[in-house]
Amino acid sequence: MNAVSCPECEAQIELDAGTDAGEIIVCPDCGVDLEVTSIDPAAVQLAPMEQEDWGE
Amino acid sequence: MQRRLKLGVLFSRVRVEEKWIFAAMEKRGIDYERLDDRVISFDLENPEPWLAFDAVLERSISYTSGLYALRLLNAFGVPTVNTAAVAEVCGDKLTTSAMLAKAGVPQPRNMLAFTPEAALEAIEAFGYPVVLKPVVGSWGRLLAKINDRDAAEAVLEHKATLGSVQHSVFYIQEFIEKPGRDIRVIVIGGRVLTAMYRKSEHWITNTARGGEGELCPITPDIEELCLKATAAVGGGVLAVDLVEHPEKGLIVNEINHTMEFHTMQPLSGIDIAGEIVEYVVSVAKEKV
Repeated sequence: MNAVSCPECEAQIELDAGTDAGEIIVCPDCGVDLEVTSIDPAAVQLAPMEQEDWGE
Repeated sequence: MQRRLKLGVLFSRVRVEEKWIFAAMEKRGIDYERLDDRVISFDLENPEPWLAFDAVLERSISYTSGLYALRLLNAFGVPTVNTAAVAEVCGDKLTTSAMLAKAGVPQPRNMLAFTPEAALEAIEAFGYPVVLKPVVGSWGRLLAKINDRDAAEAVLEHKATLGSVQHSVFYIQEFIEKPGRDIRVIVIGGRVLTAMYRKSEHWITNTARGGEGELCPITPDIEELCLKATAAVGGGVLAVDLVEHPEKGLIVNEINHTMEFHTMQPLSGIDIAGEIVEYVVSVAKEKV
């Protein structure tokens, strides 16, 4: 089972197959950005806020 | 027998571009390591762990982290894509402007001042509208179009009061009446790969800001200008943003050194991630 609980709204989220650690997903319930911190076991945390020097 | 290459990919977030790059590495059977910039550290007296890499591809989302990592890796003699020198130029819009000016590459008219008073004087002499840009930053953030003196005074004061030290470098650019679009061109290792129009009703046409993409034919003019521009900043894996100026024609607006291409790769059908990986391999082989 690759289900995680959203730390913001506690929604149960199923990680897609092929999800990578370090990827950003959006909680389908509350819309918050979550970072996948580990795949096995599945874990997410609130994604870091955008910093001023971020970009391409 | 030749030794197997070992590559590193420095990243902060696994965006779709990083997924494609990792997949391209795996498809080619390349031995590579994912280097999360929030986890790594460098010991300047013990560079050995880093010397295992024949080349490192920098994909940090933070300009500062990426730049400092590149500086250390290059100091250790580890080849990087792009080089620290290229990141220094491309990550700072004013430095890019300076290098383009040196190479005679057409660009918007730019001005620089260090105090709000001097900036206001420069803007008044230049005429409205103008654009105030942060020298470091991306995705179209904190750009300000200044239509009159009232707006200029307000924005300059806010920048001087609220911003970091860098916001007191006032980088002033002419406002260009572009035809609702600009052109993003991918150049890798001196080859122009693909180009895309970025369309938007808004004056900021960045696709990170909702601009839409449409394939743009690579004309000889676009090719020549992009090759000149990328050579001026040191070359490598680069995205050149062009603007169609009503009087000057095609000009270079900025050059990105860790570009996103989630719109361009599917639109063009070109395997940009694969091309980047091939380029990193070629850089690594030069070292071996």
